[in-house]
Amino acid sequence: MVRHFHIDNPTMKNDSSTAGVHIPSARAIESVGAGGFRSDLLRSTSKSSAIKAEVRGLDFHYGGFRALKDVSMQVQANEVTALIGPSGCGKSTFLRCFNRMHDLYPGSRYDGEIRLYPDDVNLLAPDIDPVETRIRIGMVFQKPNPFPKSIFENVAYGLRITGEKRRQVIHEKVEKALRDAALWDEVKDRLHQPATSLSGGQQQRLCIARTLATEPEIVLFDEPTSALDPIATASIEELIIELKERVTILIVTHNMQQAGRVSRYTAFMYLGELVEFGETSRIFTRPAKRETENYITGRFG
Amino acid sequence: MSASAVKNATALPGRRGLRRSRLARPSEFVAESLLLFAALSAVAITLGIVFILVRESAAFFTHVPIVDFLTDIQWTPLFESPRYGILPLLAGTLTVSLVALAFAVPVGTITAVYLSEFASPRLRETVKPVLELLSGVPTVVFGYFALLFVTPLLQKLVPGLPGFNMLGPGIVIGIMIVPYISSLSEDAMRAVPMHLREASFAMGASRLQTAVRVVLPAATSGVVASYILAVSRAVGETMVVAIAAGQQPNLTFDPTEAAATITAFIVQVAMGDLPHGSIGYQSIFAAGLTLFLLTLSFNVLGWFVRRRYREAY
Repeated sequence: MVRHFHIDNPTMKNDSSTAGVHIPSARAIESVGAGGFRSDLLRSTSKSSAIKAEVRGLDFHYGGFRALKDVSMQVQANEVTALIGPSGCGKSTFLRCFNRMHDLYPGSRYDGEIRLYPDDVNLLAPDIDPVETRIRIGMVFQKPNPFPKSIFENVAYGLRITGEKRRQVIHEKVEKALRDAALWDEVKDRLHQPATSLSGGQQQRLCIARTLATEPEIVLFDEPTSALDPIATASIEELIIELKERVTILIVTHNMQQAGRVSRYTAFMYLGELVEFGETSRIFTRPAKRETENYITGRFG
Repeated sequence: MSASAVKNATALPGRRGLRRSRLARPSEFVAESLLLFAALSAVAITLGIVFILVRESAAFFTHVPIVDFLTDIQWTPLFESPRYGILPLLAGTLTVSLVALAFAVPVGTITAVYLSEFASPRLRETVKPVLELLSGVPTVVFGYFALLFVTPLLQKLVPGLPGFNMLGPGIVIGIMIVPYISSLSEDAMRAVPMHLREASFAMGASRLQTAVRVVLPAATSGVVASYILAVSRAVGETMVVAIAAGQQPNLTFDPTEAAATITAFIVQVAMGDLPHGSIGYQSIFAAGLTLFLLTLSFNVLGWFVRRRYREAY
């Protein structure tokens, strides 16, 4: 069975679309705003309509297990796309296909395509260098994982490994990345202290700064707030919403409220399949599939 | 509640009282005592060795001023007019150890990085035990290996190298201690959590960059600990130097010369027929005490280095 999900979802024909992408009217969004969604946020970003990546018939196997089954969807540029689903549904596995993290472990196999635009290349093709891919597609992990180095060296890491030697450039980019990650004011006086001296929320923002320093096009967030308290979570979410002005964001989350707060599009996955994909507002108010409804209403997961 | 009611409650039929008692679980008490005794016996033996070393050395130092011992540049305790300067033996010991480390540190570290970060699990599981087998070879075999194989080989590369020299045994000791470094360092590197490697790879780092810039620094404390252990091992090594370095105390740091180390002197004299209680006999203990203090200071140094570089991850 082949499921293709496109943004111009036939169930929502209330608007015209450009380049095959559905752009909801402000009024349509307003109507769901009461459900806990950031209607202002959605409205403010309806300017972009480019596709950053397109997943086509993606299958992923490891150790003889088929973890992803024929997943197809589009990722909109400069938007936040959330991947939700119960534990073990393959959402993290799916996320890690984008930066070829599975290549680090033996016994994995990709079938299908993830096309990256504007290059129009298949990220999963054997002739694509995973190392180059990861410079352009950054990742933030579930648990904050700063290196056991100074705050400064953590952020400078990506620059150093790409061969940047000019001190001035490194200093400027580190400062910019820390500002972008809303961490600069807190750490500017102790850049040379170990990163592990920071709190959990600060460590996670440091990891975001580290990722941003090399100016990636896509940032993958793998449950970035699951190890954080509510206040740290709120600051990370705010950051994600700001970042989408410059990067395309994919976020795996266990927290459906979080998906509602930060994302424009949501993909619901279950047992390795993409069950439903569409605008977050619609997925949460009018899910088309029974499984989606059961999950978002808390009947399982 | 009255006192008698409480008493009744603790004395329910078929139940033991709640009060602590050593005798409640006798086997537990016996086992604990045996374990304590075993642990203490190791400490007691160590203290005993130190006591003997110090006592015999004290007797030695009543005859030989400690300043002479530390500054005299000749070590000739068995001559007619004996001189007791430890420096020549110390120089020999340090030179051989430095040669050994110059060989073992790079080879061991590179081996560890390869096994931990690059080798397939199957290769690792094959190579590691084979390497560890190296440390099971009797040192006397290594001694003759140094004398009869390595030195003749080196003589082709270094013209004029004498048959007895410190370079050959140094290298052979280096080979001997490679497994200490590679095995312990590899353990330390593998203990670096996977999420740090993933963070590095996700930044677009190559395997080599991840190994050198993230894994090795994160494993520093374990790697340095392996170096320290290797130093202690090299400093204390006896057989190889006694066989292949010559037995002439020689104040030099030139590895191409023959020299004696502290251990080589001890084994040489201990096998001779020196009368018990003579100064020559006691000089063994003074040399042994020096060696003990040397390795002790390396261990203390290692402890501080480990604490200093313990990178929390």
